[in-house]
Amino acid sequence: MDETVLIRRTIVVTAGTCGRASGALEIRDALRAEIDRLGAGDRVGLLVTGCHGFCEMEPSVVVQPEGIFYGKLKPADAAAIVKQTALAGKVVEKLACKIPTTGRVVARLEQIPFFKKQMRVLLENNLRVDPEKIEDYIRIGGYRALTKGLFDMTSEGVIEEVRRAGLRGRGGAGFPTAVKWGLCRKAAGHPKYIICNADEGDPGAYMDRSLLEGNPHAVIEGMILGAYAMGANEGFIYVRGEYPLAVENVGRAIEQARSCGLLGPAILGSEFHFDLQLIQGAGAFVSGEETALMASIEGRKAFPRQRPPYPAESGLWGKPTNINNVETWANVPLILDRGSAWYASIGTEKSKGTKIFSLVGRVKNTGLVEVPMGVTLREIIEDIGGGVPEGRTLKAVQTGGPSGGCLPAASVDLALDYETLAKAGSIMGSGGMIVLDDRTCMVDLARYYLHFLEEESCGKCAPCRVGTRLMSELLGRMTAGTADEADLARLESLAQTVKTASLCGLGQTAANPILSTLTHFRSEYEAHIREKRCPAGVCRELASSPDQPARPIGRKALKNKERGRS
Amino acid sequence: MEQDWKDELDDLLKESGSRSRDTIPVLHKVQERFGHVPPEALPTIARRLHVSESELYGVLSFYKAFSLRPKDAHTISVCLGTACHVRGGEQIIQELENALGISAGKSTADGLFTLETVNCLGCCAIGPVMVVDGVTQARITPQAARELLARIRAGEKKS
Repeated sequence: MDETVLIRRTIVVTAGTCGRASGALEIRDALRAEIDRLGAGDRVGLLVTGCHGFCEMEPSVVVQPEGIFYGKLKPADAAAIVKQTALAGKVVEKLACKIPTTGRVVARLEQIPFFKKQMRVLLENNLRVDPEKIEDYIRIGGYRALTKGLFDMTSEGVIEEVRRAGLRGRGGAGFPTAVKWGLCRKAAGHPKYIICNADEGDPGAYMDRSLLEGNPHAVIEGMILGAYAMGANEGFIYVRGEYPLAVENVGRAIEQARSCGLLGPAILGSEFHFDLQLIQGAGAFVSGEETALMASIEGRKAFPRQRPPYPAESGLWGKPTNINNVETWANVPLILDRGSAWYASIGTEKSKGTKIFSLVGRVKNTGLVEVPMGVTLREIIEDIGGGVPEGRTLKAVQTGGPSGGCLPAASVDLALDYETLAKAGSIMGSGGMIVLDDRTCMVDLARYYLHFLEEESCGKCAPCRVGTRLMSELLGRMTAGTADEADLARLESLAQTVKTASLCGLGQTAANPILSTLTHFRSEYEAHIREKRCPAGVCRELASSPDQPARPIGRKALKNKERGRS
Repeated sequence: MEQDWKDELDDLLKESGSRSRDTIPVLHKVQERFGHVPPEALPTIARRLHVSESELYGVLSFYKAFSLRPKDAHTISVCLGTACHVRGGEQIIQELENALGISAGKSTADGLFTLETVNCLGCCAIGPVMVVDGVTQARITPQAARELLARIRAGEKKS
C-alpha cells in the first residue's frame, strides 16, 4: 500500500507583478529552502499564484486552509511561517495584520478589514491556482462551464443565459453583453471574430492585469463560450505590451489549452472549432479604443475610425467582430457554471454582478477590490481602504481613468453602479479609483491628464491632436502662475469643442478631467489664476497660502540652473 | 559580422508569419532579438510581410515599443501613471533627470543610461515604481533612485 502523504497546509505565495517587484520570489525561495531543511516537503505544500489584490502588503503569503495572511515579509520570516504556522497551525503574531485603532491581531483573510467587505467571485481563484498549470484551473472546476455550454446548450441558449444574468461590459461603457453578442451572431458575413481587449491603458487601473496574470484560463474559457455563442472560429487576445508577466502567462495558457483539446479543431470532441491568438500591444494608449485596436491587430497604426459601422457589422477585416474587455470575458464561465439566477442576485437592479476596482492613491490600504455593484464609495474608501492617511481629509475620488471624472468628497455615499456614476458626472470606466486628499491639486491633476492625453492622441483628427495640446498648455500656464482670466474662458471653450468634434472616445472624453474638476473645484482654478496660489501646495511655482510669498525659484528654473552646472 | 546579423534576421523571419497582420508580432521579435529594429533591416522585413517600406516605417514609428536606435546599457523607465503621479512619481523623474543631466526620452553621453517614462505599469498600489533593466522596483524615493544610479555606476566600473 502506498504511504499516505498528508499535506495539511499549503503556503500560497502571491507572485503577480506587484509581488515580484516587492520580493515575492525571494520569499518563495526562502520558504522552499526552509521546507527542504526541515524535510517537511510531504507535509507542507507550496503554491505560487497570481495576485490577491492587497498589493500594498506584498510580498505576502496566505497559509491555507485557515487563510492566515502575512504581509510585508522578509526572507528571514520563512522559518517562523513554516515551523509555527504551516506545521503547527499557530499564528505568528508579529507577521499578522493588526487593526490600527485597537492593535488587535487579525490573522485570517476574512477578518482583515481590506478583505472582509469584498465579494471576491473573480479574484478568489487567483489564490487557488498556479497560473502556469492548466490542471490547477481544471481542478477548481475550470472548463466545466464550457462543457455545459457546448453539450447542454445551444448558442442562443448561451446568449440567453448571459442576458438573464444581466452582464454588462466591464470595459467602461456598460453595454449589455448579450445584446452585443446577439448583434454579432445575427450579422451577415463570414468568418466572424472575437477579441479580448486586454490593452488596459488607463493609468491607475490594473484589474485586468491581475486576472490575466493570475487566472488566464478564466478569460480563455469565457472567450470559447462567447465564440460558440456567436459562431466565431478565430479570436484574439490583445494584451498591453507593458504587462510582460500577463503576456507570458496568457501565451502559456493558450498553448496548454490547445494541447488539451480546449482550443483548435473539435473542442472536447464536439463539432465546434475555435482558436486564439495572443497579440502583444506595442505601447499606444489609443489602441484600447475598439476600432483602433482592430487596426492594430490588422497590422496597422492604431488609428481609430468613425462608428458606425460598429464592429458587430464590420470589424476585423470588414467582418462581424465582437470585442469585450478582460473582466467581462472572465465573468462568462461564472455565469454559465453557477447560473444566471445566482449572478443576477448580486448587485443592483440594472448593474449585476461584482466589479473589481483598483483602489489607489491617497488611501491607507491600496490594491484591487472586488465588490458587488451598488456598494457606496464610502464603504470602499473607509471600510476596505481604511480611509485617507492620518491627519488628511478626503478631497475627491477620480474614477474611470482619463475619460472619467472626479467625484467630490460629498458624494461618498453614492452607490457604485453604471447609472449613478454617470449621473454624478463620472463613469464606471474600467474600474480605476484614485483617492485624492487635501494634498492633491485639482488643477495639477487636470494638467497631468491632459499632458497624458496630448502625448497619447494618435493625431488622426485635428480637434483632439491640436485641442489636447492647447488645453495642456493652458493648464501648464495655470500651474506655473502665468495664466489670466481669459485663459480660463479659453480652456472652457476649447474643452467643449474637443468634446464635440473629436473622432473617437479618446478625444470626446479628453476634456472630462477639466470639466469635472471645474464643476466641483472651480475655486482652485481661480486661486491659481487670480492669487497665483496653489491651495494644496503642489504647484511649486506658486505660493500655498495667501500669507506666504511665492517661492523665488521655481521648479523649472531650478532644474535649468542645475543642468547648467553639470 | 554583418552576414551573421542578416542570417539571424532571416532565420527569425522564416519562423514568423508573412501577412501584413503579422507586422506587430514580427516587429516585437526583431526588437527583442536586436534590442532595436535596425533601419537596414526594414527592406527585408517589409518584403517578408508584403507591405511597403513606408507602411512598415509608419507602424514602427507609431508604437512606443519599437525603436530604430539601439538602447543604452541600462534602461530606466519611470512610471507616471496617475497613482504614481499622486505619490510623487514626478519627483523621481526630476531627480533622475538632474542626476543624469538628461531629460526623459534621452540617453546619457557615455552611453550608459537611457531614461524613459511610461504611462502606468499597473503596479499602482506599490508606487511610485520604475523598471530598471526589466526589473520592477517598488516604492521608490528620490534618494533610492539616486542610490540605484550609484550602484549601477559602481557595477559598471568594476566590470
